[in-house]
Amino acid sequence: MAQMLDDDPRIIEFDVRTDEMLVNMGPQHPSTHGVLRLVLRTDGEVVSEVEPHIGYLHRCAEKIGENLTHRQWIPYTDRMDYLAAMNMNLGWALAVEKLMKYQVSEKARHLRVLIVELNRIASHLVGMGAYGLDLGTFSPFLYAFREREKILDLFEEACGARLTYSYITVGGLTADLPSGWLVKCEAFLEQFEPIIQEYHALLTTNAIFVKRTANIGVMSPELAIEYGCSGPVLRGSGVDQDMRRDGEAIYTAMYDSYAFEVAVMKDGHYPRDHVYPAVPADAVLGDCWHRFFVRMLEVVQSMDLVRQAIDRYSACKGPLGEPLKLTEKMPAGDAYLETECPKGQMGFYLVSDGSAIPWRVRARSSSFSNLAVAHELCRGCLIADVPAIVGSLDIVMGEIDR
Amino acid sequence: MTMRGPGFLDQLDAAVPGAVVGRNLEAIDPWIDVAPERIADVCAWLAKSSPVRFDSLQCITAIDWFEIDPKKAAKVAWQPHTEMVYHLWSTAARVSLVLKTKLPRWKSDVPGELPEIPSVCGVWRGANWHEREVYDLSGIWFTGHPDLRRILCPEDWEGYPLRKDYEMPLDYHGIRGR
Repeated sequence: MAQMLDDDPRIIEFDVRTDEMLVNMGPQHPSTHGVLRLVLRTDGEVVSEVEPHIGYLHRCAEKIGENLTHRQWIPYTDRMDYLAAMNMNLGWALAVEKLMKYQVSEKARHLRVLIVELNRIASHLVGMGAYGLDLGTFSPFLYAFREREKILDLFEEACGARLTYSYITVGGLTADLPSGWLVKCEAFLEQFEPIIQEYHALLTTNAIFVKRTANIGVMSPELAIEYGCSGPVLRGSGVDQDMRRDGEAIYTAMYDSYAFEVAVMKDGHYPRDHVYPAVPADAVLGDCWHRFFVRMLEVVQSMDLVRQAIDRYSACKGPLGEPLKLTEKMPAGDAYLETECPKGQMGFYLVSDGSAIPWRVRARSSSFSNLAVAHELCRGCLIADVPAIVGSLDIVMGEIDR
Repeated sequence: MTMRGPGFLDQLDAAVPGAVVGRNLEAIDPWIDVAPERIADVCAWLAKSSPVRFDSLQCITAIDWFEIDPKKAAKVAWQPHTEMVYHLWSTAARVSLVLKTKLPRWKSDVPGELPEIPSVCGVWRGANWHEREVYDLSGIWFTGHPDLRRILCPEDWEGYPLRKDYEMPLDYHGIRGR
């Protein structure tokens, strides 16, 4: 048997060296999730070094933030992770509220949970669909966008925008939900739940997909932590950390009384709150398949959270409360807050000199740290595995370049 | 959660003598003020030997304390300087820690000479890109960084955009700037 394998032309010999070649991937390569340029140093099919070049989408959002009041900067946070703009709005709004020691009404709190968890589903659907595209299968992308469309319709009805919402703002939300919205949202969840099994059939348990992702780009938990990775990338390596549970009080208080289990492999198994497909035999903790699977679990987890939020929001009597004035002054000081966004932990740091316009604004992007580790994962892999590894990090360039 | 209590600070002081020059434990995010030339030693202790291992670097920020308007500058309480802020996180203990340090705006107050601070790349490999970004946008030179060059702006960009006295170039390769 071993003799036969040696003669197999499909087997790539990793120890034979040929001429080195520099291959340029991007910045317009479709599988790089935006304008990312990767320079690969290759030896035949084997990649010895990957160097990402970023900055093509740089708009200096931090500098713009020094010239606008805290609420005026909300639309700029939309354009960071444009696939999960609600989560970005929330991160910035909470950071300002932390500095101001401001607490939103109970109703606004539950509405925020409802909206951001719905956006998390939409973001993970794009992550899943686009990952299929990276690996050469087109259909999951269409299935994912079919459902995402319905979430965007819901958002459009709530705030008027389909991508850059600016819905959650400092001191609350810009408007309450229109009447009948919750019924439509519940109808969507009802219809969406069985479809998740379709996604599992299309990708998670698909033999070709497993072959392309299992045991590829394995990241040890130590490496992930040292690089400051977060979100599904960190949990895919088996690190039990979720800011919704472990973060600062102002953020975790939002999820008080909500029941959810962090999507991470513990004691050799994933949470058993729902029926999930079994982990394939080839998959190793920390590989591309696990990072993808954590996202799929979070879709179900967010769906549960949306249901809980609907119940709690409908039970809240009284007004939603008005957001803060555009020119509301902030106390002098600084505050840093990290929130759990779909791509990872997004941190906002703000320094104030006592006026309504921040002295310094800093956005710590999760995709930035997640992409920084790519060169470690791609060392020694095949050229065809580079899109599989970079895609499994689920990066958004708007957030990296800011 | 944040690190509170003087016990931890005493241990830090004993391990890296003279590095801690100030503290503010009452702020929203309590911070420790560190001497700039000792920042890498302090970080190495916090990441490798401290009772609470700060194994992850979340963010490095440079704040330019400089007022361009001379009228306003006469009223402010601080002298012009650059402040560096390091946000650390411990995965095991789930606590954060904030380190701050003060640098001059320019080395020896000669405009154009970048202020220097030791790199923490040797402590956390993830610091590499963060320090490149701070160098690119705020103009801080990290000594001992393996590959310090611009990351977000083009390599031939001039100036450091996040400095308060930065002026947008009039022209960049034939593209009108302002």
